[in-house]
Amino acid sequence: MTTDIHDSEWFRMIVMDEFLWRALLAGIGIALVSGPMGCFVVWRRMAYFGDAMAHAALLGVAAGLLFGLHPTLGVFAAAFLSALALLFLRRRVALPLDTLLGAISHAALALGLVVLSLMWWVRADLLALLFGDILAVGWRDVALIYGGGAVIMAVLIVIWRPLLAAAVSEDIARAEAKNVMRAQMVFMILMAAIIALAIAIVGVLLITALLIIPAAAARRFAATPEGMAMLASAMGCFSVVVGLFGSVVLDTPAGPSIILAALFLFVGGAVGGLTRSR
Amino acid sequence: MNYQIATEKKRAPRAPRPPRAPAEEALVSVKQLGLRRGGRWIVRHVNLTVRRGEILTVIGPNGGGKSATARAILGILPHQEGEIVKNRRLAIGYVPQKIQIDETLPLPVSRLMTLTRNYPKRRVQEALDEMGVLPLLHAPVQSLSGGEFQRCLLARALLPAPDLLVLDEPAQGLDATGEIEFYRKIREIRQERQCGILLISHDLHIVMRQTDTVLCLNGHVCCSGQPRAVASSPEYQKLFGVSAAEALALYSHDHDHRHP
Repeated sequence: MTTDIHDSEWFRMIVMDEFLWRALLAGIGIALVSGPMGCFVVWRRMAYFGDAMAHAALLGVAAGLLFGLHPTLGVFAAAFLSALALLFLRRRVALPLDTLLGAISHAALALGLVVLSLMWWVRADLLALLFGDILAVGWRDVALIYGGGAVIMAVLIVIWRPLLAAAVSEDIARAEAKNVMRAQMVFMILMAAIIALAIAIVGVLLITALLIIPAAAARRFAATPEGMAMLASAMGCFSVVVGLFGSVVLDTPAGPSIILAALFLFVGGAVGGLTRSR
Repeated sequence: MNYQIATEKKRAPRAPRPPRAPAEEALVSVKQLGLRRGGRWIVRHVNLTVRRGEILTVIGPNGGGKSATARAILGILPHQEGEIVKNRRLAIGYVPQKIQIDETLPLPVSRLMTLTRNYPKRRVQEALDEMGVLPLLHAPVQSLSGGEFQRCLLARALLPAPDLLVLDEPAQGLDATGEIEFYRKIREIRQERQCGILLISHDLHIVMRQTDTVLCLNGHVCCSGQPRAVASSPEYQKLFGVSAAEALALYSHDHDHRHP
């Protein structure tokens, strides 16, 4: 009776294939964390900052290969160091912030590509690095994503109040909350960590999109910061599910498909909101 | 180098204020404060004291260091010289200068109230009610008018049951009538709660009539004392023009301070 469904190729792929479930688990794990993190990226207008950190990740991969480090560790270190460098340069260099960020972000990307190509003895999968290769994640990666993700979430909850206060008013936060500077520094570390975890899913070029698009899509429907954070997580998970299955069905790359699914949510919400407000 | 006038001496006998029991308790004392930024002194040799039940208004030109001094007292800015002595366990309410809340941040007034600390719902509602903005409890802050927003910020500053209120240009975005009403409210709060108020303002006319002590800051303390004394001082007239002083011409001329 049900044989025709069981024989369907998609059904077999979706139900039977372990790699797809692993990819789904990994993607959802990232999306759960990138929702609240992305909200802060949006609130604090750090999209280009995040971009620069992610682009520097390529150098981290190269360094990881060079020194025999775990690539995740290399990416984490590179992203964090680039954040520190940016904070330092922002104070020292008399350039508009967007010029500085644009220059550093793309210079880091170029440098990463050149260094990787100079390392003739490794054959890096550039497409996977740039756009992610979610179907290649193994169980250890999934464990790393959930372990790391849980730590990121826990730390974010601890620093949530001072961080949010600083997003509203730096002066109020520093006058009334404790450890505001520390919270902001810790947030930079969390950004480096989520970039290191997410690079396998969406690659260095699309990480910022995974952070900000679900958050932007959630904005319209949220009344409180916490509501927006949870909604962004939910929308990120939805994008992962839709994007991943879409990529299987249409045979398109998974990372970009996930981002497009998130974009549909964003555009749908914006259009829906426009028509409702009229 | 003798810019500063000890404010302590300003308790001139000519205007005795009604005695209040804890009125002379110094909440915060600033001694020889110096703030440096980008290799230059923003302010230097600042002395001031805010006492319980007193409104101290700091006036002065833009860039004169009014805001910086207040922010140093609040611990937002580090100071390079002098000392800031705060009464222990001093509860401070703060209305900062101009804040712009990003459109992307969904923030109802109720959440703004509990931004840095949790308060019982009742208390939040009472504070908003006192400022006449209780109906805005669930409104997004971005939808408020300038005046409504400032009222909400003042309500927020009242939540910790402050001993000291630091108000940095709190009447911005209010129209003339709203502004008079707002300052009247501030006086009322002082009267009812017996807190000290450090008020930063550039609006001379209203402020000069609403305050106990005025301190004019332009990189250093130009002059300080009771409004009538300050308004007639040559330093003040040089900064704000003679007309500003004439607006307060009903005050008698007196000099109880000196200049270098």
